[in-house]
Amino acid sequence: MRILVLVVNRMVWFIPTLLGLLAIVFFISHVIPADPAAFAAGENASAATIAEMRQRLGLDQPMHIQFLRYVMSIFTGDMGNSIYTGRPVVEDLLSRLPATLELTLVTVVVSTLVGVPLGVIAALRRNSWVDHALRLITIAGLAIASFWFAILLQLLFSMRLGWTPLTGRVEGWGPEPITGFYLIDSLINQDMTTLVDALHHLVLPVATLAVPAAATIVRFTRAGVLNALESSYVLYETAMGYPRWQIVWKYVLRNALIGTVTQIGLIFGILLAGAVVVEAVFDWPGLGMFAVNSILNSDYNAVMGFTLIAGTMFIVVNLLVDILQGLIDPRETR
Amino acid sequence: MDADLITVRDLRVSFASDAGIARVLDGVQCGIRAGEIRGLVGESGCGKTTLARAILGILPRNAARIDSGTVMFGGRNLLDLPEDRLAAEVRGREIAYIPQDPSTAFNPVFTIGTQIADLMRWKSPLARAANPPSGRARREADLARVIELLRLVQLPNPEALLRKYPHEVSGGQRQRLMIAMALLPEPKLVIADEPTTALDVTVQAQILKLLKQLARERNVAVLFTTHDLGAAYEICDRITVMYAGQEVEEAPVSEFFDRPSHPYTRKLLDSLPSAETGLRGIPGEIPRLIDPPAGCRFNPRCERASDLCRTDRPPPEPVSPGHMVRCHHRLTEFSA
Repeated sequence: MRILVLVVNRMVWFIPTLLGLLAIVFFISHVIPADPAAFAAGENASAATIAEMRQRLGLDQPMHIQFLRYVMSIFTGDMGNSIYTGRPVVEDLLSRLPATLELTLVTVVVSTLVGVPLGVIAALRRNSWVDHALRLITIAGLAIASFWFAILLQLLFSMRLGWTPLTGRVEGWGPEPITGFYLIDSLINQDMTTLVDALHHLVLPVATLAVPAAATIVRFTRAGVLNALESSYVLYETAMGYPRWQIVWKYVLRNALIGTVTQIGLIFGILLAGAVVVEAVFDWPGLGMFAVNSILNSDYNAVMGFTLIAGTMFIVVNLLVDILQGLIDPRETR
Repeated sequence: MDADLITVRDLRVSFASDAGIARVLDGVQCGIRAGEIRGLVGESGCGKTTLARAILGILPRNAARIDSGTVMFGGRNLLDLPEDRLAAEVRGREIAYIPQDPSTAFNPVFTIGTQIADLMRWKSPLARAANPPSGRARREADLARVIELLRLVQLPNPEALLRKYPHEVSGGQRQRLMIAMALLPEPKLVIADEPTTALDVTVQAQILKLLKQLARERNVAVLFTTHDLGAAYEICDRITVMYAGQEVEEAPVSEFFDRPSHPYTRKLLDSLPSAETGLRGIPGEIPRLIDPPAGCRFNPRCERASDLCRTDRPPPEPVSPGHMVRCHHRLTEFSA
């Protein structure tokens, strides 16, 4: 089981990668010309109050001590309190994580289910009108600015046609929180009304995010399939009379997916970042909104917490991609 | 022509390229008898592989065009058969294929067992039986045949081999697997396109011997393309020589080496390295197929060429039973 070796190998790099990530964010956030102590102390605070606040927050310590303290506390599961809300950053992040993850995961699933078959079809019908049309659509999909597209969708489907809700995750309160994923929670509670409502709310944000994501997947799948179609093994399989559908949808597709899986992993990371804009437009109570507010408030702990959790997710996704690739491509692991 | 298994007549194939249209096959005639091992020899680019692929109907669809000709096999012209029927009824069933490079012909991301199981799913002879066993029974019977044939091609531990991926076995083993896969459907003809070129010299001889032995035992005809005259001598019954898209001579293997009748065949044999002569090439160059010489395409390199050779392609003429040559000024025993 070389796949285990692969997983362990990746795990070893997990901590140093995270530390590097933390260091970069920590130092960048400290060169920003804003004084969080002044901010925390309030608008009319005296110099003495600000100094006291600075001491209380540990901001008077040398930079490396501050960083060390921060890292130590991270490893004990403490990300400090948000300077703005006063609540532990961990709690704030965890309460918002499911909303973003749900949006991102649904988007990845939808764009894969749409993008992979379209990519195969574009490759099979190379240079036909189908291929040209798909090329036009995918390039447009990649070029469109997501905030503009999101507002366009809202204007058409929510305001004009009234088919979809404008913003939010559900009408009123969400389902009894168990996992924080509304789709899963409403299923557990067998609350079909909420499930349908949550799905309804997902349509526009997912569409906004899935258009460029699916476009990328179409491009990469098409290239991978074309590459595989010209290979010696397809010539051999054709010469030995394997049925065309099996050659394409089994033998070619699995080879083509090796490249697509890498791309899907990258998309996942881009979606976490891109969710900031989409969450703002759709008033989606996720990590993106939280990150924007924290940056505006110079909330160091919260910004670093967000970066940590986003980076961690990125690294975890990369690990999953590596494992998935090992499963698809035996040359990686055996 | 007596009872040929497959007859190629007047086959013309051209390839489109940026430089122009290359006439890669120029009216090729060729008949292969049942159970015969036929060598198709010539230099690189002479059209061996194109002929082999044209018979299978696997020429690149966007680049290659069949301009004329017939490939008669089992009472029908394969060139007229639609793609889906060729795939279902002919390829891998009546005509099987052994590729040049076994390391790239296997799909890298599936086990050998999966690839053979899929082959058997579509091409198993059991499916053609009068009362085909169904489902599980057939799969088990097929597996037993697979294991038996892998043993016959001298692969150790076949059960374990089926669970491996192509990159986990050696080049020689992969080509043995390819031979086994070609024979599993019990075809009438196997097209082996330079099957040993990619292998070590020491492995080549073993593979050729194995191919010959198994083809003989099963009465399977083989079309064996090669540029290696030694390999052709080892396993062939008859040899067809091709030059620049034209077949020029066809002879039983002994006559081919002892009494070549075409000046090109003579030069080809002379170019074999030997202790007395060392290495000797053929003066001149292979013609460009985009603008080939008229008549016999060998005429610019042939010292016997006359004006007739530059205008008219010679018709096939018998030399002796089974020996045919296309030359206006063929070599006789005295002139050779």
